[in-house]
Amino acid sequence: MIFAIVRTAMAALRRDLAALALSFVLPLAFFSIFAVIFGGQHDTVPRIKVIVVDQDQSAASHQLVSGLERDGSLAVSTRPASKAKEPRPPEFNAATAEAAVKAGDVSVALVIPQGWGQNPVSFGSADRDPGIELLNDASDSIAPQIVAGLLQKTAITAMPSVMAEKGTQYTEQFIGGFTPEQRKRAEANVAQLRKFANTPATSGSETSPAGPSSAGLIAVHARSVMGQSQNKNIISFYAAAIGVMFLLFTASGSAGALLDEAESGALDRVLSSRVTMTALLAGKLTFNMLLAFAQLIVMFLWAWGVFHLDFFSHIPGFVVMGICTAFAVAAFGILLASICHTRAQLGAVSTLLILIMSSIGGSMFPRYLMPPAMQHAGLFTINAWAIDGFTKVFWRDLPVTALWPQIAVLLSIGTALFFIARRIARRWEFA
Amino acid sequence: MASAPANLAADSVRPLEVDALVKSFGAIKAVSGVSLELLGGECLGLLGPNGAGKSTVIRAIVGRVIPDAGRISVFGSAAGSAEARAALGWIPQDLAVYPRLTCKENLLSFGRYHGLSGRKLTESVAWCLDWAALQDRAGELAKNLSGGMKRRLNMAAGIIHRPRVVLMDEPTVGVDPQSRIRIFEMIEALRTAGTAIVYTTHYMEEAERLCDRIAIVDHGRIIALGTNEELVYTAFASRSQVTARFAGSSPEIAAWVERRGGKMVDSAALFTIASSIEIAGLLEDAAKDGLELADVSLRRPNLESVFLHLTGRELRD
Repeated sequence: MIFAIVRTAMAALRRDLAALALSFVLPLAFFSIFAVIFGGQHDTVPRIKVIVVDQDQSAASHQLVSGLERDGSLAVSTRPASKAKEPRPPEFNAATAEAAVKAGDVSVALVIPQGWGQNPVSFGSADRDPGIELLNDASDSIAPQIVAGLLQKTAITAMPSVMAEKGTQYTEQFIGGFTPEQRKRAEANVAQLRKFANTPATSGSETSPAGPSSAGLIAVHARSVMGQSQNKNIISFYAAAIGVMFLLFTASGSAGALLDEAESGALDRVLSSRVTMTALLAGKLTFNMLLAFAQLIVMFLWAWGVFHLDFFSHIPGFVVMGICTAFAVAAFGILLASICHTRAQLGAVSTLLILIMSSIGGSMFPRYLMPPAMQHAGLFTINAWAIDGFTKVFWRDLPVTALWPQIAVLLSIGTALFFIARRIARRWEFA
Repeated sequence: MASAPANLAADSVRPLEVDALVKSFGAIKAVSGVSLELLGGECLGLLGPNGAGKSTVIRAIVGRVIPDAGRISVFGSAAGSAEARAALGWIPQDLAVYPRLTCKENLLSFGRYHGLSGRKLTESVAWCLDWAALQDRAGELAKNLSGGMKRRLNMAAGIIHRPRVVLMDEPTVGVDPQSRIRIFEMIEALRTAGTAIVYTTHYMEEAERLCDRIAIVDHGRIIALGTNEELVYTAFASRSQVTARFAGSSPEIAAWVERRGGKMVDSAALFTIASSIEIAGLLEDAAKDGLELADVSLRRPNLESVFLHLTGRELRD
C-alpha cells in the first residue's frame, strides 16, 4: 500500500516539472552562488579600494604611499580615473576624497597631513598629532580595520630608514649620545635602508596577508564620514534589501491573478469589452506598483518606528527610489505571469528566480563583501540597483540628483520587462 | 415554443451576420463554413452536441477567435471592432466572474470595462441585480453563492452594458431545474425588451422553449436551420416515430430492425411511420419472426428526432 502511494506521488511529481525543477535546481543554484561568494575568495581576494591624499609630500610620506601602492591587498588611487582623450584629473584632496567615500566609490581614504613626515612614528601614542586620518564608510566594517593594519605593516616594511632614524633619535634621547664612530655607522645604515626602501618589493611581500594591527607605530585617527550611527545605516540597508526581495515575491504573486482570470474565463470576458490587452496589463502593472510602493512605505515606517531610522528627512529620495523600484518589480511580476501557464508554474519559477536574484543582488549578503565578479553579476538584478539607490538615500545622505544611475536603470528594466510581457501576452489575445 | 417577433425582417442592417466562417485548431476543424443571420428581436438557437463547434462560432463573433476564413458583422461592423463590442453582450459557458468580489462589485467592474460610469453605471447595476433576482445578495461574495446564483451573476455581468445582441453559451450548464426555470424567465424578459439573442445549447427542450429559429450544428457545420416546426416537418413531414424494445439483444434483432427500415438506438428500435395503423403490421411481423416485444410506444417527432434523423446519433452523444 505504501509502495502504491509512493508510485502515485512519483507519477504526479514527474508531471509537475516546475516542482521537480524547484526540488533539484534550486539547491544546486544556491549552493553554487554561495560557493562562489565564500569559497572562491581564497583565489580572488578582493582588493580594497583606498584613496590616499598626501598633503605632506615628505620623503616619509612618499615612502609610505609607495609602500601602500605596492601592497597586493590594496587598490590605491591618488587621483580620479582619467577618461580617454581627456586631460589627467587633479589629485584627490581631503574634500574630494571624503566625497568619494561618501558616494561609495571607495571604502577608505587616507589623508596624510602636512608635517606628518617630521614625526611619522608615534610608537604607541595614537593621540599624537599630526596623525594620518582614516576616512571610512561604516557600510564596510572590515575594510578600515584591514587598511589600518596594513598601514602599520607598511610603516615597517616600506619605511625602514625612517624607523631606524627615529630609533636612533630615541636612543640618543633616552640612553645618551653616540660616539662619532657609532653615529657614522648608524647614518650609513640608515642611508642603506633608504636605498633599500626605494627598490621594488618582491612578489612574496606583495601578496603576504596583512597581520593583525599592532597599533601604534603610526598614529591613525579613524573617522566615519557617514555619521556616527552604524546601526541605523545597517537598518536602512536591510530595510531596502529585505524589502525588495519580498516586493518581488508580492509582485509575482499579485500578477498571478492574470492566470486565475485566464483560467476562469474572466480574462476572455474582459478582453471582449472595451479593455485591450495593453490597457489590461498597464492596469495590472499600476496596481502592482502601488502595492509594492505601499509595502516599502510600511517597511520603512516600521524601521523608523521600531529601529529609529531617520525616515522623514529622506522623503524625496525615498519616494523617487520607491516608485522606480516598485515599477521595476511590478513589471517583473507581470512578465513572470505572462510567461507561466499555471499558478503552480508561476510559484516555482518566481521562487527560483527571486531567490537567485536576491542572493546575487545583495538582499541576503551585502554585495560589497562579495568577490568582484559576483558584484558585477549583481548588476543584472533589480535588487542591486534598488539597494544601491536606497543606500545612497538613507546611508550616504546623497541628494536625489545622485540617484540618476539607479533611476535610469530601474526605469529601463521596468519598461523592457513590460514590453516583453506585452509581447508574450499575445497568446491570451486571440485563439 | 416562443412566438416569432413581429419585426423579424424589419431591420435593413442585421444585428448579426456570419458568412462562411471557417476555423481550425491545428488538425481539428472546429467550424467549417457556418453561415447564419440573426434578425432583430429574434432568439436564434444553436443546437448541437458538445464539440459541435457552437462555442467557437460564439467566440469568433465576440472577437476572441480569429477565423481562418469568413466574415462576421454586427450591425454592419466587423467582429472585434469597438462598435461590435458595444453592441454585443457575451455570456460565456465558464463562470467568468471574480470570485473574491461581491455581486455588486463584479457588476461595477464589468460595467466600467464597458465604459459605463456615474449614474448610468449605478442604474445598470441595479437593473442587472433586479433582472438576475440578486438584489438581496448584492453584498455577497461571488464564491459564496449557490451554483444557480453564480450562473445568474455570470449572465448579469454579460448584459451590464445593455447590449442589443446577447450571445449565450450554454448558460444553464450544471444548474438545477428550479434555477433553470429562473434563467428561462430572465431570458424571456430580455426577449420582451427586444434584445436579439443567440442561444447555444445541447438541451432540445431549451431550444424548443426559447428559440424562434434553431440551427442544428454538427461537426462544425449547420446541417439544418428553421423554426422547430419547419425542422420537424422537413425531416418527417406528417410521419410519427415508433420506439420498440425487444426481449434480449441479439445481432438478429438489429438485422431485423434494419430490414424493416428502422434504426437501433440504445438497444431500442426506432421506426418512422406515416400512419398509426402501420404499428399493427410491425408487431405482426415481429411475432412472425419470433421476436418477443417488451415495450412499444408512439410519439410525434421532435428536435431530438430531427437530430437523430440527420446525423444517425443522439443529441447527447
